[in-house]
Amino acid sequence: MIRVQESPFDVGAEIATLSAGRTDIGAVASFVGLVRDHAGEQATLAMTLEHYPGMTEKKLAEIEAEAQARWPLQASLIVHRYGRMLPGEPIVLVATASQHRAAALEACAFLIDWLKTEAPFWKLEETGSAPRWVEARETDERAAARWRR
Amino acid sequence: MKILYFAWLRSKTGTAREEVAPPAEVTTVGALMEWVASRHPGFAEAMAAPGVIRAAVNQDYAQPDDPVRPGDEVAFFPPVTGG
Repeated sequence: MIRVQESPFDVGAEIATLSAGRTDIGAVASFVGLVRDHAGEQATLAMTLEHYPGMTEKKLAEIEAEAQARWPLQASLIVHRYGRMLPGEPIVLVATASQHRAAALEACAFLIDWLKTEAPFWKLEETGSAPRWVEARETDERAAARWRR
Repeated sequence: MKILYFAWLRSKTGTAREEVAPPAEVTTVGALMEWVASRHPGFAEAMAAPGVIRAAVNQDYAQPDDPVRPGDEVAFFPPVTGG
């Protein structure tokens, strides 16, 4: 399941829901991305996530389908927020469930790496001075490249 | 045809979306970018740096050679930075 929303989410509740009522799941892996209070030397006061309504949901659904095709997942979840967030707040949650840990862990890493380079979101950082658009990182591109076939 | 602009590219064009009717010879994403650049100097400036502008046609990533048609939803934006 994928969700794009403005409101905060409860990480524990989301993960619990993934396996609620099921006894066939042996492993749940998760990744939570948070707003950091600094970027390099500079303090970050807030972060605003912009998205492309329609295409963002479409790409997230494709990314999730790709993970489902590559690993034997019993359940998966991507929740990504947009709008303005303060340091410490969650931006994104990726969770995967499988019978065994390897598939859950690998699929979870794939989902976040793939999402970072494929899903249309843009971060605007508020610092002490003028707000600035965060630039794409080469390291994110490399992280995604290792999953390319 | 509808064109959408996101993130800092929007401040370069001064608009988030516009309905346009480009000339008939504009049939590819690349040609559309040239045409948009002729209307928005800020877009032309951004286009000068390679790899800075990404394109999508009808909500799928597109390359300069990909076709565009009347009625399409085309979007231009910088590399994504979510997650």
